[in-house]
Amino acid sequence: MIYVGVLVVLPLAALVQHGLADGLLGLWRAAATPVAAQALVLTLWTAALMAVINAVMGTLTAWALVRYEFPGRSVLSALVDLPFAIPTLVTGVMLVILLGPQSPLGDWLAAQGMPIAFAPPAIVLALLFITVPFVVRAVEPVLLEQDPAEEEAARTLGAGTWTVFWRILLPPILPALLSGTIRSFARALGELGSVIVVSGNIPYRTLTAPIYIFGEIESGQPQTAAAVSVVLLALALVLAFAARGIEHATGVHNG
Amino acid sequence: MGIRVAGLTKRFGEFLAVDDVSLTVESGELVAFLGPSGGGKSTILRIIAGLETADAGTVSFNGQPADHLHPSARGVGFVFQHYALFRHMTVAANIAFGLRVQGASRRRQAERVTELLDLMGLTGLGHRYPSQLSGGQRQRVALARALAPEPKVLLLDEPFGAVDAKVREELRHWLRKLHDEVHVTSIFVTHDQEEAFSVADKVMVIHRGRLEQSGTPDEILDHPRTEFVARFIGEANVFETRVQGGAGQVGALRIPVEGIADGTPVCIVVRFYDLKFWRDDRGCARVVRMTTLGDRVKVEAQIDGAGRIFSQFPRRSSLLHGIAPGCRIQIEVTLSRAFVNGTEDGAIETATDC
Amino acid sequence: MARRARTRQLTGAQRLIVLLVFAYLGLILVLPLGAMALRALAEGPRILLLTLTEPAALQGLLLTLFVASICVTANGLFGVAGALVLTRHRFLGRRVLDALVDLPLAVSPVMTGLAFLLIFGRGGWLDGPLDLLGLKVTFAVPGLVLATLFVTFPFTLREVAYVLEELGTSEEQAAMTLGASPWQTFWLVTLPNIRFGLGYGIVLTLARALGEFGAVLVVGGAISGRTQTATTFIYNALEERQEAAAYGMALLLAVISVALLVAIEWLKRRRERGQ
Repeated sequence: MIYVGVLVVLPLAALVQHGLADGLLGLWRAAATPVAAQALVLTLWTAALMAVINAVMGTLTAWALVRYEFPGRSVLSALVDLPFAIPTLVTGVMLVILLGPQSPLGDWLAAQGMPIAFAPPAIVLALLFITVPFVVRAVEPVLLEQDPAEEEAARTLGAGTWTVFWRILLPPILPALLSGTIRSFARALGELGSVIVVSGNIPYRTLTAPIYIFGEIESGQPQTAAAVSVVLLALALVLAFAARGIEHATGVHNG
Repeated sequence: MGIRVAGLTKRFGEFLAVDDVSLTVESGELVAFLGPSGGGKSTILRIIAGLETADAGTVSFNGQPADHLHPSARGVGFVFQHYALFRHMTVAANIAFGLRVQGASRRRQAERVTELLDLMGLTGLGHRYPSQLSGGQRQRVALARALAPEPKVLLLDEPFGAVDAKVREELRHWLRKLHDEVHVTSIFVTHDQEEAFSVADKVMVIHRGRLEQSGTPDEILDHPRTEFVARFIGEANVFETRVQGGAGQVGALRIPVEGIADGTPVCIVVRFYDLKFWRDDRGCARVVRMTTLGDRVKVEAQIDGAGRIFSQFPRRSSLLHGIAPGCRIQIEVTLSRAFVNGTEDGAIETATDC
Repeated sequence: MARRARTRQLTGAQRLIVLLVFAYLGLILVLPLGAMALRALAEGPRILLLTLTEPAALQGLLLTLFVASICVTANGLFGVAGALVLTRHRFLGRRVLDALVDLPLAVSPVMTGLAFLLIFGRGGWLDGPLDLLGLKVTFAVPGLVLATLFVTFPFTLREVAYVLEELGTSEEQAAMTLGASPWQTFWLVTLPNIRFGLGYGIVLTLARALGEFGAVLVVGGAISGRTQTATTFIYNALEERQEAAAYGMALLLAVISVALLVAIEWLKRRRERGQ
């Protein structure tokens, strides 16, 4: 009986893969068209940039939340989970309102020669919003479990603050940090809702892979859409396995 | 209800946890499974309860095979090492659980709960939650819960492992008292010798999945039948040597051994209190250290041409008069047990007149 | 292992870090939210209410709620069952199953939508049989439900599995030795122990279902009055330059999300405490 529930998803999952593989046969070239290729490249580098920022700021955030006490700390902690609760489309809308041409901030930025909306920076920003929780929540439990005795031992042996951080505190965090960053990167690859609103979808400039796929579906080209999808899916699966591998090896739970 | 286990074998992957074990527990007995960690005692217990299935062998209750029965149908009460109390239920609800799932009336449940709370010295704590209790109290609740449905067998898996030494003593006392009043067939698993000997009617020593010996505490202490039991139980000196001229020679110390052919390699076990010594400048050993362990004194001596020998005596023992570190002593072994290496033969005991 | 207490007196450098974190999160999270609230309310709350009570908007909301409730119920039940199977039994292919459960998380919503189109849509695998039965899946509500089911599948299962792992089996074994049947054991012992993890998973599922966009857009087509959910309503409104309606609905969804967030945080806390 329980297996039935499982089997409901199994064929879904299997069929999904087949559905996409259908397009793969013989239309590999579709993925290599200039627009598609550029879309993939854009997706990759914006996600990568976001992942790097996320890794640093996420660790810092987790650090502050776990080790310091300050007014508003629990609110801040709750805030970190916000992206999990908010629809991605709403995120896009919010960013457009904040940075778009009709907002004071957007106008000011445009005047400075830095129009963020409908340009790659907006994409990175949207991706950052979506993935805030990933790194923070992955690193937090590891920080919580750290035994202060280790640090104290290091200090009594004469280590300075930087050494303590680099050699004692960072290494245990690294696996969680890595898996959280990988997960955020994978998540960003497939992001549609927020990016589609905020990026303007300009081919070669702000057209990401998911948007490209969407466009192809809309214009009745499911095969090319499927082809690019397969590329993205393969990448996402590899990343997912990598992250899980790290988590299993080090016993981290993400959630 | 009597329990009989025959030919029990259990593997976990490559690891042989239980190796052809057969034993019998008489109805109403309180038996201890004693042995080092990882020896298989808990596994045997869990197989009896039905929480694990054996690869081979049978378990019978009162002569009826029980292997096919689900744990819920065996009438077995089980007490876990870490209590396994239902964290979201009160103490009373925990204790009543067995009766509740078997359809007993509310009144019967309440009666039994009160009865058991009084029996276990927990009166008035019925409304509390496990998290509000101390370790000792929790274990008593676990005992009460297991007893509530009047099981025919009570199984306890290292029940006192998770509490302090002082509390452990109290709990042992409870268990003994409980058994005296309720007379339910019980088996408990422990690695603590003192615990096993002070509580149980019969002790079964289990090591590496095998039953080494089964007997009363006195039998096990005084007549160990295998090398492992001799080494593990009580504190003993162990010497490996060959029989020569009717004795085992350990450096300058001669230990008489009867009934074994010359040249046979043996393992001789001498308990710390099974020897005598006195000052003798031509003696075979020299006292290296004397340590006071509260009521007793431990004497460590170096045998000429061999290793150390230990003995332990009460502080006021006459044997210790005039003995000090550095002085030479002569040793006489009053009781030894020799095990012939490489065979399953029991101990050859040799006693000299004291 | 000792747990460290949080530092209460912060040095200058530490304060700087805190400030930095506040600024970062404020910029990324709070600012956009505030900006949208301001814009949506710019014309006054009454106008906002009016746009939200337009039939199209209301239909969108109701449709979203309908789909979401189905997903929560179905994936809630299967999530618990699946988690039990995954954590309590050892069987061939368990690893595979475990990996499969996470699959929807790795797949972009667009691709989910595409896959469903390929299966149920015109020329798709099940097109023939569906036609015979007179069932319409794509560009119809069933398609929305299926797509959202797929997307929200892992959440409850993962959270319940996590709690089950942490709890261990000893309480259930104790219940067995006391004579409880498997059902009694589940109902009286397991369920009460997992309730906060389960609640957490359900709220996550709900939030995800409410916010699903890409898949429902592709599978449903966002046909006003038929397959337009709350999120696709916003999208269509933006396309048609009806910004007031779009921002209004977006604000509503954001408010609901914040409410869900509060529930999430509360449940998370209770879940930790229950252990």
